Amino acid sequence: MERVAIIGVGQSEFGELWDKGFREIVLKAGIDALEDAGLEGKEIEAMYVGNMSGGRYLAQEHIAALIADYSGLSEMGVPSTRVEGADASGGLALRQAYLSVASGLHEIVIAAGAEKVTDVGSEMTTDIMASSADREWEGFVGATIPALYALMARMHFTKYGTTPEDLALISVKNHRNGALNPKAQFRREIKVEDVLKSPFVAEPLRLLDCAPLSDGAAAIILANEKVAREYTDSPVFIKACTQASDYLALQNREDITTMRAVKIAADMAYDQAGLKPEDIDVVELHDSFTIAELIAYEDLGFVEKGRGAELIREGITSLDGSLPANPSGGLKACGHAIGATGIRQAVEITYQLRGKAGKRQVEAEMGLSLNIGGTGATAVITIYEIG
Amino acid sequence: MIPRFWRKIKYRYDIVGSVCENCGTQFYPPRNFCPICRRKSKIKEQRFNGRGKVLSYTIVHDTPDEFKLNKPYIVALIELDDGPIITSQVVCDPQEIEVGMRVVKTFRKYFEDGEDGVIYYGTKFVPEK
Amino acid sequence: MKAGIVSYGTYIPRLRVSVDEIAKVWGESPDNVKVGLGVYRKSVPDLDEDTATISVEAAREAIERGKIDPERIGAIFVGSESHPYVVKPTATIVGDAIGCGNSFHAADFEFACKAGTAGIQVCMGMVESGMIEFGLAIGADTSQSAPGDPLEYSASAGGAAFVVGKKGVIAEIEETLSFTSDTPDFWRREGQPYPSHGGRFTGIPAYFRHVTSAAIQIMEKTGYKPSDFDYAVFHQPNGKFPIRAARILGFTKEQINQGLVVGYIGNTYSGSSIIGFSAILDIAKPGDKILLVSFGSGAGSDAFIFNVTDLMEDYPRVPTVWDKINGGITVDYSTYLKLRKKIRLKG
Repeated sequence: MERVAIIGVGQSEFGELWDKGFREIVLKAGIDALEDAGLEGKEIEAMYVGNMSGGRYLAQEHIAALIADYSGLSEMGVPSTRVEGADASGGLALRQAYLSVASGLHEIVIAAGAEKVTDVGSEMTTDIMASSADREWEGFVGATIPALYALMARMHFTKYGTTPEDLALISVKNHRNGALNPKAQFRREIKVEDVLKSPFVAEPLRLLDCAPLSDGAAAIILANEKVAREYTDSPVFIKACTQASDYLALQNREDITTMRAVKIAADMAYDQAGLKPEDIDVVELHDSFTIAELIAYEDLGFVEKGRGAELIREGITSLDGSLPANPSGGLKACGHAIGATGIRQAVEITYQLRGKAGKRQVEAEMGLSLNIGGTGATAVITIYEIG
Repeated sequence: MIPRFWRKIKYRYDIVGSVCENCGTQFYPPRNFCPICRRKSKIKEQRFNGRGKVLSYTIVHDTPDEFKLNKPYIVALIELDDGPIITSQVVCDPQEIEVGMRVVKTFRKYFEDGEDGVIYYGTKFVPEK
Repeated sequence: MKAGIVSYGTYIPRLRVSVDEIAKVWGESPDNVKVGLGVYRKSVPDLDEDTATISVEAAREAIERGKIDPERIGAIFVGSESHPYVVKPTATIVGDAIGCGNSFHAADFEFACKAGTAGIQVCMGMVESGMIEFGLAIGADTSQSAPGDPLEYSASAGGAAFVVGKKGVIAEIEETLSFTSDTPDFWRREGQPYPSHGGRFTGIPAYFRHVTSAAIQIMEKTGYKPSDFDYAVFHQPNGKFPIRAARILGFTKEQINQGLVVGYIGNTYSGSSIIGFSAILDIAKPGDKILLVSFGSGAGSDAFIFNVTDLMEDYPRVPTVWDKINGGITVDYSTYLKLRKKIRLKG
């Protein structure tokens, strides 16, 4: 297997981008990534695109061809493939790109993620997101995605004594980080009381426990080690990129306070990278809901099951803690552009490992990102190291 | 939507799932392939009695369009006495619901395709008397 | 053995609205309305309850109490004037929900408030002819009434289901007959959301003529007199009419009180007389004789004489109809309007 490195990253703004269409957002991220890598574009051998629901948000399928077209890659006939795993689509695109280089098939490829959500109304958006859970047996009974995460949260509260205040601290931390990120959707700090006074979305989860759904795109260029060294002095190597699945519906899972796919993917990733959880310096986690970040602390092995709240209470996952989580602001403050999120996480870890993260810079040589689809039926974990 | 709903009427109107006779695992919704026994699966349909207890619940305030009149409504994971776990709405005062509460099935309307469309019925739960 | 009731079940939605609450909105004196109608509160269907869900729940109670194998039910008839669909039967929904297979006769009946008892008669005929082993007859409604119409004080929701057969009969049908004429006292035209009625014309030429004629004819035919009955129940559009009908016919308050449910749940239309009848079955003893007379506008009455059998001793009857009547959660008038979809929504 070839060693694979990230040699260029790019990201659009995340948020309600009323004046920008899908094509413009993607192009912005792609061009930024090429410029960052010092590439012209003709060097790209293949493209992998993460997009959850172009079909329903835009009534546009064949998204991979569209992006290849507008990014000028169709001119060279570059193969372009869309992958879908709900809001883990970006992570899957990253992994497909990684595999194509690791296998030796390609030398240099691009992985992108993009979503344009604000062209439809908010009720439609809720409905589209609900399709990332089990439509027939969860969606039918009105179990929205926030509702399903709320079921997990209530179970965690009941079993382990986690509190709404603990979850609020996660939101507060991510907003604090997001305030330092010029690309973040929400660049303002909030207080615990703000979270606890915000309206319920699905009890016990409140509005400020939930990440927004955003427009946005991100792109990264991956190359094998030989090519990477030609283009950059600070390649970020991918030490592992693993993926696992779980039952789609919560009702079929043995324990809904844990995401088994995350545990399985994490075990594989640590094993492949030859690392332990304590070796990780910085993480980007999939905080689509505050409870998801807390459960991730546990399932990634940073703390034992049931004690996730300690990490946030003690400030361990703050920017100045020993394991900064979501320095970008996470999905909560940076924004959740669904199919783009998995790639956006890789962009942030790359900035952090290169030492180019500006005001939110942490000290780190080894990073990890976790991208989750729906309520955890897909999990993608990537471990990165500055080379 | 209509054919898709119609196909599952039996399993929605009552709690009809399945069981793998090889290993005894019960499924709701029904599966016709046991993930444990795989090719040794021996699947048979099974009707569950419709009594159980609430494992976890949420009161949903942000609702999809078709449930907007029902807001807020309760969604729960219910462990059936004689079977697997089911995701369902629970009809009661939101103040009343709690983890561990005993519930029993009831036949209710879930939503409809507008005023001139098909009505989608299914199983919900109410507190056990 | 003659055909009869093998099992029965009832369903009354748990929500209620009081007559005081409705009267207040329309500037009427609550006391005048209560005294005038003999109705104090009425049941209201929740957003997720309709005639189909009421029918299924009543049918399930009947099947469970009678330990009936649903596959042995050969016919399902649902009588209602508020079927969820005008075209597409309620009976098929009930059939699939109770799991009675696909080999059964089914139809929806409409005859104003007596469509449920019409179903009992049809099931009885099919059972006695040997066409079917068990028949399921249901009367259920979520009755409509225009805001401000006097009907609004009473039009309510509920239903009862009866398994009719020859085996395991708890109440034998000794006799039944109908009295029918073309009398336009109350109607609802195709496409109209609310019924119309002839005001006081609904009284003497309609309700009283048909109820008393059917009752008199069935007593003449069988040779019984009012004092031969332990209980009697007449259709209950309000609390006044059935009491007056009983008095005209010579029945006492003691004979009708157990089945007089309208005061606390309102007029459940197709469910009305048969929920009252079910309340009587709840306390009936072997050997008791019961007179049931329904009434449907348009107009007609079905009269029945039931004899309670020894099997009633071991028949499970809890929760009783009165348990269900006495429960309930009261809602205000605006909530009632929302639940009954009387508020026009955008889109």
